[in-house]
Amino acid sequence: MNTPDAADPLHADPLGDAVLAARLLALSPRTFGGMSVRGGSPARDALVAALGGVIALRRLPGHVDDERLLGGIDLAASLSAGRPIRQRGLIEEAAGGALLAGMAERIDATIAGRLVQALDDGRAALVLLDDAADPDEAPPISLTERLAFACDLTHSREWRGVVLDAAKATLGQVAPLDDDALRALAATAAALGVESLRALIFAGEAARGLAALEGRARVGKADLAGAVRLVLAPRATRLPQQDDAAPPPEDQPPPPPDGERDDQSDSEQQQQDLDLSDILVEAAKAAIPADLLAQLAQGKAPRRSSSSGTGHKRKAATRGKPLGARPGMPRGGAKLALIDSLRAAVPWQAVRRKEAGRDAASHPIGPIIMRKEDLRIRRFEERAARVTIFAVDASGSAAAARLAEAKGAVELMLGQAYVTRSEVALVAFRGTSAELLLPPTRSLTRARRALAELPGGGGTPLALGLNAAREVAEAVIARGRSAALVILTDGRANIAADGSPGRPQAKLDTEAAARAIMARGIDSLVVDISARPGPEGAELARAMGGRFLALPRADARMIQAAINAVQPIGKAA
Amino acid sequence: MARFPFSAIVGQDEMKQALLIAAVDPSIGGVMVFGDRGTGKSTAARALASLLPPIMAADGCLYGCSAQDQVRYPDVCGTGKMVKRAVPFVDLPLGATEDRVIGSLDLERALRSGEKAFEPGLLAKAHRGFLYIDEINLLEDHLVDLLLDVAASGENVVEREGLSVRHPAKFVLIGSGNPEEGELRPQLLDRFGLSVEVRSPKDIEVRIQIMRLVAENERDPEGFVARWAGEDDKILKRVAKGKARLTKLEAGDDVLRDAAELCLAVGADGLRGELTLMRAARALAALDGAKSVTRKHLTAIAPSALRHRLRRDVLDETGSTVRITRAMGELFG
Repeated sequence: MNTPDAADPLHADPLGDAVLAARLLALSPRTFGGMSVRGGSPARDALVAALGGVIALRRLPGHVDDERLLGGIDLAASLSAGRPIRQRGLIEEAAGGALLAGMAERIDATIAGRLVQALDDGRAALVLLDDAADPDEAPPISLTERLAFACDLTHSREWRGVVLDAAKATLGQVAPLDDDALRALAATAAALGVESLRALIFAGEAARGLAALEGRARVGKADLAGAVRLVLAPRATRLPQQDDAAPPPEDQPPPPPDGERDDQSDSEQQQQDLDLSDILVEAAKAAIPADLLAQLAQGKAPRRSSSSGTGHKRKAATRGKPLGARPGMPRGGAKLALIDSLRAAVPWQAVRRKEAGRDAASHPIGPIIMRKEDLRIRRFEERAARVTIFAVDASGSAAAARLAEAKGAVELMLGQAYVTRSEVALVAFRGTSAELLLPPTRSLTRARRALAELPGGGGTPLALGLNAAREVAEAVIARGRSAALVILTDGRANIAADGSPGRPQAKLDTEAAARAIMARGIDSLVVDISARPGPEGAELARAMGGRFLALPRADARMIQAAINAVQPIGKAA
Repeated sequence: MARFPFSAIVGQDEMKQALLIAAVDPSIGGVMVFGDRGTGKSTAARALASLLPPIMAADGCLYGCSAQDQVRYPDVCGTGKMVKRAVPFVDLPLGATEDRVIGSLDLERALRSGEKAFEPGLLAKAHRGFLYIDEINLLEDHLVDLLLDVAASGENVVEREGLSVRHPAKFVLIGSGNPEEGELRPQLLDRFGLSVEVRSPKDIEVRIQIMRLVAENERDPEGFVARWAGEDDKILKRVAKGKARLTKLEAGDDVLRDAAELCLAVGADGLRGELTLMRAARALAALDGAKSVTRKHLTAIAPSALRHRLRRDVLDETGSTVRITRAMGELFG
């Protein structure tokens, strides 16, 4: 199952494809929107440097404000000049080239929103440098969706001799794709589970771009395969449903970093009997990034980067990023926003001096006249931010009868949580581990999926479950929100904190974990949903200073009602 | 950049129908589009704006006031004579500040002449047109509340920064979003007149057709728009005729009864659903050039008018659309 491209030495190191993507981007930044490059390796630096040699790259700092991004009045210059002075925005300045955003996984939602509009209008192209370490982190999906290419250079071992030539070719010199080519691309996208039409359109343009780079006027098989590899493969959400989906060899000898694409003809000869879309699907399979491939092979959804919303709000909260300033008095813990207050006062100086009986022109300089209404206070994350963390015991003892009810109750509470704009997280523990199935979210859809996939059975690592839940709660609290734990279990721990079986140690560890929760002052509720509640649940609740409910015969709705009565979700934090 | 022509959008019939109905009768209260990325939500919404017949507005008025607005809001509008202008379409970026949305002190004039003047925001721009919010489910809560308030009252009242301004802001809200990335509060959902679900077309031929059209547009946007101008013009005429016909159409008692029964059967909360259903059926009839509103119009629009109003049963996986279709089958056969 050798494909033309796996055999092509240029493409064995991820840098090869990244260079190819960069060449395409340089061909027409507006058409391709840009590229995101993951992993801070020397390869990436070399690539960015080379790209900067052929198109203008304008750095976009993470703290850029609206005025600088879109242009507007330069307040400082205007004040010193005494007349309004406009400044061009970065988007405008980067026209024809691309904006280069480092730490793209931290791009602020405001800025992402602006960039999305600029991308949609063809006013900007974007190179995102994705430095995410945590698999949950990623640049806003609203941006990456609009960029044709995504490369991962984390494991690239090459960096030398990356040179891009100034584009001599143009997309316009290549004929549009014929029906066979369109059909093959569409079929390949379908086989890979790529639904977005944007991706498909990018793939078509990329194929034309590849032909243009080769100086051809028509799109050939190799161009289509290249487009599939560059555009569709990184977006795959499933493996093509074909026989032997053996992963491609991962570590091949480092190739020469750049060169001519040749020796395609031989392999094409071998493939001639195959249908075009089969060739493309094969090309895609060989190009699916290794980590994505591993996830897909396990049947897991690919790294669903944090949606631009929740992810950003979370990050914003960690960094204590203000939402902007509002008029108000700095009291009750609110902080004065000095610059904003000055900004609010400055335009009024001429008027106020007039009112104060002084001639503005003859006294251009003097103390700034501030009034109460100028005062601005900083706002931080302002939503009623309460996160209810469910820790669900999915062990054999608890799961046998009651897991379904527990799931139902969690879903019901979620349904309610989303009404009140609070968030829910879900930790499940069974066997020898505890897992955060659902980071704090408001999405019912995601929660339902996480619950549906939750298997039952195995031992009861209660201590691990409690620790995991506490860690989530601590992270939530660190972001300035409040957390509450709801633990659904029978309390019969039999797996210790280190994953080893044995009741006595498990019991000790559980007590320690419970006390840690009490020490952190986290609100908690233990719900014993086993058919015959023993004393363990109540003891557990006592150890963590929480409340206890025994609900042996309740259905999902009753559990929800009972939990609610004790602990209303979404009450003001 | 030239907008993609509305008539060149392949498939997505329900979304197109909902947008046209909102154009015929803006009082229906906006359209919410649910769906995955890259399904042409934004394209359709943006295409709609360039399709609509121009409006008459006061010359030089920053708010695009109509003759009636001029009388109601003499302070903001002045007495400019009426001239034609395009229906406004405002794209509200995620992360827009409150200042940008509701308007703020005009810094430039304050600096230049020490004058206290109001710089209208996006709400003013959207008056008599469309306000489009992509990823509305990710919008900050306080902005959503503000938008709802203005959308419901048709008026933007600014009392801040020493400014005191009241100006008209009647617009059709078009929201889009992917429920996977955060739900919309039901209070907000309910305010939308219609909601539609769009999916990426699965049919290969349809997808190929879309690629072909997009590539064609990419190569030669002006020529492409020109080629579709005829088709767009037909739709424009339909909308204009529909608008004119709307006032003459009234839903009969039988249709009203159908609407009430259907809402009851599917458990759509509140009177708003019933009213919207009726209005939407009437707008559809007007758009179709029908002589009267019939059950056919009602059933055609019912999923869009009701699916976001059903009481949510998280344990019931059955989609809202299925529930509505089933109820219609039982009631109307």
